[in-house]
Amino acid sequence: MPAVSKGDGMRGLAVFISDIRNCKSKEAEIKRINKELANIRSKFKGDKALDGYSKKKYVCKLLFIFLLGHDIDFGHMEAVNLLSSNKYTEKQIGYLFISVLVNSNSDLIRLINNAIKNDLNSRNPTFMNLALHCIANVGSREMAEAFASEIPRILVAGDTMDSVKQSAALCLLRLNRTSPDLVPMGEWTARVVHLLNDQHLGVVTAATSLITTLAQKSPDDFKTSISLAVARLSRIVTSACIDLQDYTYYFVAAPWLSVKLLRLLQCYPPPEDAALRSRLTECLETILNKAQEPPKSKKVQHSNAKNAVLFEAISLIIHHDSEPTLLVRACNQLGQFLQHRETNLRYLALESMCTLASSEFSHEAVKTHIETVINALKTERDVSVRQRAVDLLYAMCDRSNAKQIVAEMLSYLETADYSIREEIVLKVAILAEKYAVDYTWYVDTILNLIRIAGDYVSEEVWYRVIQIVINRDDVQGYAAKTVFEALHAPACHENLVKVGGYILGEFGNLIAGDSRSSPLVQFNLLHSKFHLCSVPTRALLLSAYIKFINLFPEVKATIQDVLRSDSQLRNADVELQQRAVEYLRLSCIASTDILATVLEEMPPFPERESSILAKLKKKKGPGNLPDIDDSRRNVNGNTEHHEPTETTNKSPPSLMADLLPTNRPRPASSSPIMLSAGTMGSSHPFTDLLNLNSPPAAAPSLLVDVFSDLSAPASVEVSEDNFSRFVCKNNGVLYENQLLQIGLKSEYRQNLGRMYVFYGNKTSTQFLSFSSSVTNGDALKGQLIVHAKSVDPVIDGGAQVQQILNMECVSDFTDAPVLNIQFRYGGALQNIAVKLPVMLNKFFQPTEMTSQDFFQRWKQLGAPQQEVQKIFKSQHPMDTDVTKAKILGFGVALLDGVDPNPANFVGAGVIHTKDTQVGCLLRLEPNTQAEMYRLTLRTSRDSVSQRLCDLLSEQF
Amino acid sequence: MMRFLLLFSRQGKLRLQKWFTPMSEREKKKIIRDMTTMVLSRQPRSCNFLHWKDLKIIYKRYASLYFCLAIENQENELLALEVIHRYVELLDKYFGNVCELDIIFNFEKAYFILDEFLMGGEIQETSKQIVNRCIESSDMLQETMEEYMSKPAF
Repeated sequence: MPAVSKGDGMRGLAVFISDIRNCKSKEAEIKRINKELANIRSKFKGDKALDGYSKKKYVCKLLFIFLLGHDIDFGHMEAVNLLSSNKYTEKQIGYLFISVLVNSNSDLIRLINNAIKNDLNSRNPTFMNLALHCIANVGSREMAEAFASEIPRILVAGDTMDSVKQSAALCLLRLNRTSPDLVPMGEWTARVVHLLNDQHLGVVTAATSLITTLAQKSPDDFKTSISLAVARLSRIVTSACIDLQDYTYYFVAAPWLSVKLLRLLQCYPPPEDAALRSRLTECLETILNKAQEPPKSKKVQHSNAKNAVLFEAISLIIHHDSEPTLLVRACNQLGQFLQHRETNLRYLALESMCTLASSEFSHEAVKTHIETVINALKTERDVSVRQRAVDLLYAMCDRSNAKQIVAEMLSYLETADYSIREEIVLKVAILAEKYAVDYTWYVDTILNLIRIAGDYVSEEVWYRVIQIVINRDDVQGYAAKTVFEALHAPACHENLVKVGGYILGEFGNLIAGDSRSSPLVQFNLLHSKFHLCSVPTRALLLSAYIKFINLFPEVKATIQDVLRSDSQLRNADVELQQRAVEYLRLSCIASTDILATVLEEMPPFPERESSILAKLKKKKGPGNLPDIDDSRRNVNGNTEHHEPTETTNKSPPSLMADLLPTNRPRPASSSPIMLSAGTMGSSHPFTDLLNLNSPPAAAPSLLVDVFSDLSAPASVEVSEDNFSRFVCKNNGVLYENQLLQIGLKSEYRQNLGRMYVFYGNKTSTQFLSFSSSVTNGDALKGQLIVHAKSVDPVIDGGAQVQQILNMECVSDFTDAPVLNIQFRYGGALQNIAVKLPVMLNKFFQPTEMTSQDFFQRWKQLGAPQQEVQKIFKSQHPMDTDVTKAKILGFGVALLDGVDPNPANFVGAGVIHTKDTQVGCLLRLEPNTQAEMYRLTLRTSRDSVSQRLCDLLSEQF
Repeated sequence: MMRFLLLFSRQGKLRLQKWFTPMSEREKKKIIRDMTTMVLSRQPRSCNFLHWKDLKIIYKRYASLYFCLAIENQENELLALEVIHRYVELLDKYFGNVCELDIIFNFEKAYFILDEFLMGGEIQETSKQIVNRCIESSDMLQETMEEYMSKPAF
């Protein structure tokens, strides 16, 4: 036990801690703790009133036990009692206990708030500080409600002590973060800004933190802080260190305050006032100059503090992005750090340069450091530094250096740490695609990726290469040749087999003229890999084989033999077996013409944002990914890479060929039931045999299964009845009467949707002349395109047929299309019209975001017509989980921890239409006592806000 | 802002935890586990910064103790290192050549000192003199408080 026992040693506590430390095992420790807990409990319950000291000691012991990781379920009341003690240390322990073990027990909070109120009114600065600390530590909504109006008053009152001002400023900052709605701006805001002029640097530091946060939320209200901050900064930067007394840290003048002021200035664009602007430039130049001066101390604290200010100044320079000379100087400074002996500085230099690379003024200057960065990739011992080097290479990449950077990344990949391989693979794939001048290089690069790091090549990456090869006919022959050669490697990765199978299946004919890659050789090569592959790959290969039968009639017999073998026809895997059976059958019965139509070459994929990029963004979070799509591209004249997008857009994407193109050239698990539909003379033959549209696994007899998620409702006459049930879900029974049941399964991706409509004949008699079509009302025309496939005119008794509807959302819409069904049952003509549940929210993509982003966007969408609010009575029991499921089913992401009130629900998403994307934020506030909800929607379009609000408010 | 500060030993024993945003006990335990494994597995002479989720982790070892500070993405890493150092200085000044045992046996003091220095995840007072004066005067207060309180404040 150490000798230290300053102030108020608690002997009993020290003994207890010693005991715990001496415990030989976890069991012994638990035993000792339980003994102590029993002891404390009996003391607290005992008849004898405890004196303050004992109470403090026991509360402190409980705290210690809690911090060891054990649960504490009593003692809160005793801690609250300590708050009203006159003895400072007792009060202090009470507050510490409360701060650490926040309890949402509302009775207790009221008592705590009472004690806080007394201390705030005590005019004793020490007590006031304790109380303010407690509010900041707990920061609960009840506390914010109780004190949010009081604290600004304390902050700006003339007679408040400096230390209390500091606490009040930070306490207010904390409340503003947790419950911004409770901290309204007022006349105090102007006076807060003037704290930047305060004599006491501690007050200025705390106030700057507060002002920065407030200014981020409402920049206009705090504009006056710019000039004050510049003036203050200028005084610090030019001061002789001695002026600032204890605020000089290792010979650096007020580093914390300097950094905070520089941060505050980053909330604003460069000052408009010329004099102010030049004064700021002067400050920044001085900071850059100081970096070149010899250090005033050898201590690392000196260089850290100095460089902290320097890096923050560079951040401001990058943020302003307006002074070319400063940007280039910043870049040169960072260039020096790239070779500094301190690992920390190398790391930070790499990180800062990433943002510099996206400025048009400094992009070229950053590029000059490419060799150093590549060297860092090869020689740095620390993986996190190497990771930053990869990031920087990615950020500085453009058309001029793409080949070099991609080559370096590929060679680094061979030895890279496992933890970052996947990310590097994604980056290489993106750069290769983005800066590909000739696509042979792109194909080579991706095949290299698979060769070097096949395990880390995700589906997105190999899907993408196939999409690109299919969309660009100039590279197809080369791709076929290259994969053919790559497949010769003795141990090639399964991903390569997938790419190879797909590409040869489509374009093997382009190289079949060469006897070394004749059809049979190609087939044998692929088939030699077959038995080493997993089921999805085998399924893919089977599809490639049937494509071969169409491309090369000469190998038909060989392939049929393979399909016919027991290992295929009787494969234990139902998917493989089914493919083998159907493909074999198809190859036997279909004429050459039909085969050629069914197995036609894939049409081009519609161009979208690369799914790889989306994946990388998801992995890194939007903030961490240097945006290589920004303005600087224009500066470098790299506009050519729009070209592929344009060319593919010219041929309108076929909805049928690939409705969900971003991620699925071929869903491996789909079963080829649809094949027959394609061959039966539908006007749109399925060109994409391999992308079999993931039909539901239900065979016609599975009527019950398809609908099992809903108990069939009673027969209804009004065909709109079930409409609103589909707002938050995609599958279920849409309509049912004595004769017919209509079930739905639907899926949506971005602005496209596909709906499978199942018509079940409930009778034992055939339905004849069955037809169904979709009509759009006038308003809906042009907003939503629905394309219905034809459906079999006969439905046998007890059977079910399926119809596919493809949909495209062009712009936001309110009405719903109508499904018209006609058929003959026992001579009588039946007519049914059902409102199809296609609503605007189906085209939602959920968006995860941080609370900060959420509130920033919330604020941006603050125009009166953008917000729609509805207060309504709940129609169902108010169950949190059900509500959550409904909101998720509605299509938005549910954001946890955004709303200060945990009972509220907050969501975000983007509505995708062909014309535009509409960002949507929603907030649902239940009031369980009144059984009411308040729903608020904010979107960039008033019509969307209104429609979404109408749809969702019906659901609760 | 700063999100949390953890002090743990080389064996991964937690010595101090300060959370600047509300968090459930489960989340806390998960973070503590993540931090100790991540930081303790770092090679010596690596850089002091790590990315973790959307936060930056700044850590530094002083004798047998690791100080691990999580800051938000736009915050300044180098200055965060000096926040840690300043806290170590404050502990050192108070305990006199501080060691891990001081923090174990006087954990409440370690929290009080931290509270004078940081608040709500922001730096409150960077002057060592002022912080020390506060801490010392609060130690003195105990004896004088009774007398003090019997007088009206103004």
